[in-house]
Amino acid sequence: MLSKGLKRKREEEEEEEEEEPEKEALAVDTWWLDPRLPAVAQAPPAVPSNSLLDLSVLKLHHSLRQSEPDLRHLVLLVNTLRRIQASMEPEATLPSVPSPPEAPGVAADSLLASSDAALSASMASLLEDLSHIEGLSQAPQPLVDEGPPGRPSGGAPPGLGALDLLGPATGCLLDDELEGLFEDIDTSMYDSELWAPASEGLKPGPEDGPGKEEGLELDEAQLDYLLDVLVGTQALERPPGPGR
Amino acid sequence: MEEDIDTRKINNSFLRDHSYATEADINLSVEFNHTGELLATGDKGGRVVIFQRSRRSKNQSHEPEFDYLKSLEIEEKINKIRWLPQQNAAYFLLSTNGTWSVIRGQKGYNLKDEEGRLRDPATITTLRVPVLRPMDLMVEATPRRVFANAHTYHINSISVTATMKPTYIVDIKPANMEELTEVITAAEFHPHHCNTFVYSSSKGTIRLCDMRASALCDRHTKFFEEPEDPSNRSFFSEIISSISDVKFSHSGRYIMTRDYLTVKVWDLNMENRPIETYQVHDYLRSKLCSLYENDCIFDKFECVWNGSDSVIMTGSYNNFFRMFDRNTKRDVTLEASRENSKPRAILKPRKVCVGGKRRKDEISVDSLDFSKKILHTAWHPSENIIAVAATNNLYIFQDKVN
Repeated sequence: MLSKGLKRKREEEEEEEEEEPEKEALAVDTWWLDPRLPAVAQAPPAVPSNSLLDLSVLKLHHSLRQSEPDLRHLVLLVNTLRRIQASMEPEATLPSVPSPPEAPGVAADSLLASSDAALSASMASLLEDLSHIEGLSQAPQPLVDEGPPGRPSGGAPPGLGALDLLGPATGCLLDDELEGLFEDIDTSMYDSELWAPASEGLKPGPEDGPGKEEGLELDEAQLDYLLDVLVGTQALERPPGPGR
Repeated sequence: MEEDIDTRKINNSFLRDHSYATEADINLSVEFNHTGELLATGDKGGRVVIFQRSRRSKNQSHEPEFDYLKSLEIEEKINKIRWLPQQNAAYFLLSTNGTWSVIRGQKGYNLKDEEGRLRDPATITTLRVPVLRPMDLMVEATPRRVFANAHTYHINSISVTATMKPTYIVDIKPANMEELTEVITAAEFHPHHCNTFVYSSSKGTIRLCDMRASALCDRHTKFFEEPEDPSNRSFFSEIISSISDVKFSHSGRYIMTRDYLTVKVWDLNMENRPIETYQVHDYLRSKLCSLYENDCIFDKFECVWNGSDSVIMTGSYNNFFRMFDRNTKRDVTLEASRENSKPRAILKPRKVCVGGKRRKDEISVDSLDFSKKILHTAWHPSENIIAVAATNNLYIFQDKVN
C-alpha cells in the first residue's frame, strides 16, 4: 500500500475502494420549535425553546473540555448563549443563587434544569476557567449578567476567597481532570514582562545554535533594547540567516 | 440566483488535472508559492508535501503537471502554510500547534527533511510572535507548551511580510476574562506595504492597522463593518457573521472576507459597507439551527483571489466550491469529486435546488453531504490553475488548454 508520508497520484485506472464515510445530512429543522408556537420553517423563533438553550450549554461544556479549547468557538457560544438567555421570557425577579451541585452528574442535570441565575453562575465559572487556560490569576468577578445577586449572601470578598468558593463548584461542573488539564501549560511567560525569545532577534551574528537553547531571562540590555523597539526608536534587525 | 448555462466565461473550463490521495486528512492548508512553481499542502498527520510544477510534453501538448517533490514529517498537526516571497530560494512558513517554522529549501528545491522545529539551526529558524498586553482584543493565540525553553503559541492565522521583520501583533486580553467577547480570526499583511495589515474578528469586523502609526497597533487606522440586516437577525447572527478568512487582492486595493454564508469584497477606501457581496450558499440560511446542532456553523472556510483579482473562489459543502466573476457577475458551482469527474474531463457546473421541482442533475439541499466540506483552496498566482483540498484528497484543476 502506501508508505507513510507518500502521496500518490490517482490514476483513472486505479480501482480504489473508498470507504464512504457516513453521509451527514441535515435533520428536519423543526426540533427547536416550541410546540405552542406555530411552526415557522424559515426562521428561528423569537423565543428559544429550552432545547436550544440546553444544547448551547452542552456545547459550551463540551467545548471547554477539549484538550485544546478553541477560543473562537467558546466566545461565539457564550455570546449566543447570552443572546438566548436575554430573549427568554424574563422570569421576573431571579431567585437567589442556588448552592452549587456536588457531583458531575448532578451538576449536569442541575445545569439543564437551572434557572437563569444558576446559568449565569455557571457561565461565570466557565469563563473563570477560560482565565485559567490563560494562566491569569485574577480576582473573580460578579456574575456575567448584572441583576442577579451574584454573590452568596455574606459576600465572600473578591479575591482568592471567592475563587475558592467557586472553585469546587466549577470543579463539579467540569471534571476534575479539566483542572489538571491545564497544569502542564506553562504560563510563566505571564510572570515576565516581556517575551524572552525576542532576545534572539536582538543578537545578530552567529547563528542561532546556542541562542535557541537559552533560558528565558532577559538581561537588562536586552530589556532596554526591546523597550526601545516598542517605543519605536529602533527597528529590529532580522538575524542573518544561514547562507544569505 | 439563476445560473447561466454557459459558465465557460469564467476562466474557460476547468478540467481536472490530477488528484492526489493521502492517508491522512488534508483538510488543512494549501498554498501556491509566489511564482506558482511550488504547491505546498499540509495534513493532520504532520506531513508537508511539496509539489513542483513540471512541464512535460505529453502527447505533444504542453500541459503543466505538478509532480510530487518532497515531503517533510513533523510531529505536529499542521495548521497553516504560507510561502515567503523569496524569489531565489524556497522558503515557506508553517505553523503547527506549537511553533512557526521557516523551512528553507536548498538548491533545486530539494528540501531537507527536518522535524520542522528548531533543532537544526542551519536550516530552520523559528519566527515567533511576541505578545504585548494588555488591551481589549484577543488574538487567537494561546500559550500551549514550552519547548526547549521557548514559548510557543497556537497560531490561528498567519501572514508574512516581504521584509521578514518580526511582527508585533497585538495580543490583548481583557483585564476581566468575562469581558472577552470577541477574538481575532484572521490576519494578513498588505501585499505591497509591509507596515500595513488587516485582521478580522469573530464579530464580523475588519481592522486595518499601520504599524508605523502605532508601535503597539492598538489603534486601527480603518475599521470596516457592515450594519446588520435586521430582517436576518437570529440567535446565530453573530456566528454567521464571524469572519473566517480575510485576503488582500493582489492589487492591494481590496480585501475579501469570508463569513459563513457570503464572500464580501471591500474597498479599502470605504469602511461602512462592502462593495460586493456574493452568496455562497444562501439556501443554508433556513437551516442554521441544524447546522448549529452539528457544529457545521462553525466551519471556517477560506477564500482566494485569482491572479488578476477578477475572480474569487471559496469552498462549500458536498465537495462543492464556488467561483464568482467580479466583472460579469456570473458564478459557478463546481464539484471536486472523483466520482463525478474523470481526469481530463471538463468539470460540469452543479446546481443546488432550493425548493420546488428538482431538475435532473440538481441536488436538493437536504441531500447535501455536510461531512464533505471544502475549506481550503488555492489559486495559482498567474495562471488558471487551482488546488482544492477536499477531505483526504487534493485536486488540481486547470483551465482547458485549447
